[in-house]
Amino acid sequence: MIGSSQTTTGMGGRIGAIAVPLLFASVLMAGLQAAKADDAISLSVTIKDHKFDPPEIHAPAGQAIEFHVKNLNDIVSEFESSDLHFEKIVPAGSEAVVHVRAQQPGKYNFYDDFHHQTQGYLIVP
Amino acid sequence: MLASLLIVFREVFEAGLIVGIVMAVTAGVPGRTLWVSGGVVAGVLGACLVALFTGGLSELFGGNGQEIFNASILGFAVIMLTWHNVWMARHGREMAAELRAAGEAVAAGSKSLAALGIVVAIAVLREGSEVVLFLYGVAAAQGGASFGMVVGGFIGLILGALVCFATYLGLIVIPTRYLFAVTSALIALLAAGLAAQAIAFLEQADILTALDNTVWDTSWILSDSSLLGRALHTLIGYVDQPTAMQLVVYIATLVIIVLLMKLFSSPASRRPHIAAAE
Repeated sequence: MIGSSQTTTGMGGRIGAIAVPLLFASVLMAGLQAAKADDAISLSVTIKDHKFDPPEIHAPAGQAIEFHVKNLNDIVSEFESSDLHFEKIVPAGSEAVVHVRAQQPGKYNFYDDFHHQTQGYLIVP
Repeated sequence: MLASLLIVFREVFEAGLIVGIVMAVTAGVPGRTLWVSGGVVAGVLGACLVALFTGGLSELFGGNGQEIFNASILGFAVIMLTWHNVWMARHGREMAAELRAAGEAVAAGSKSLAALGIVVAIAVLREGSEVVLFLYGVAAAQGGASFGMVVGGFIGLILGALVCFATYLGLIVIPTRYLFAVTSALIALLAAGLAAQAIAFLEQADILTALDNTVWDTSWILSDSSLLGRALHTLIGYVDQPTAMQLVVYIATLVIIVLLMKLFSSPASRRPHIAAAE
């Protein structure tokens, strides 16, 4: 809101000079956007009583993953993984989807960042 | 108590690094305290609002509301930082050099301060909303705020604020004639890192899928979830497993900022030295 009022001042031209290449870049990126990850494997996990169910999930290597996480606690969670690079707040009683790029074989930890006793693993054989 | 200490410290630490840089960048500019503290207050209020409406926010854009919101405010912060650097490239030196125009320069400088105030607000809002959600969750589970939670949160806040102060002190000891170059570089790297973070959110939401291969994996040397890794993540956008798109956007942001700074730099004041910015 404050930003848009500034575009009306003398700095408008400069804002434009910044916004145009950024806009251009975002259009370019949208154009670059390849086929959506339709081949992503869908995995579901539930958080209940501060435990993941199932605590270990398997996924094939080299395939993008679509995580569906349902929070059945009566408290907000942050579904997060530093191994898999995602973080998403999941309010109590709701379901969220997180997309993860294709992974190499390995064991990857994910957790509820607000309740660290809640730990789970993604296993890519 | 330990959980609230750690969470509060971690988030305040990350926001504190950015606030510390902004404080150093604006050292000696009249009115900066008002803008920086205003940014912090706006950020805290924003954090409470975001935390309050997290449920609704999450459901927007087919469940991608959080990601789009985060990517948008990060993008906005990138624009504000870019604008600040370009503005400083044009006016920073003349502002310091020509005292007679000081009044005018300060008036114009407040626009640049506003940009940095917005950056502070965004940093505090992003980190603060997690703190609010976490503490609210703990309090709700306990049926009220406990003494341990309050004490833990308070210690976390103090420790995080010390990081902010240390960042500021570390930067202001830099001799004035180098300060402009150092802070410009820091702001540019900060902007590039935030742009790459915005890309990560778009990737997580499956809005951006191009170039999503991992370019390198340095998690065995420095994990970006370690304390140093987090600091570097916030400061220069260090990621232990970046996607190609994150790397492309990071470099593009740096290039765009440098080009714009060159394009708009004041020809009359292209001198290597700047006078003391008092």
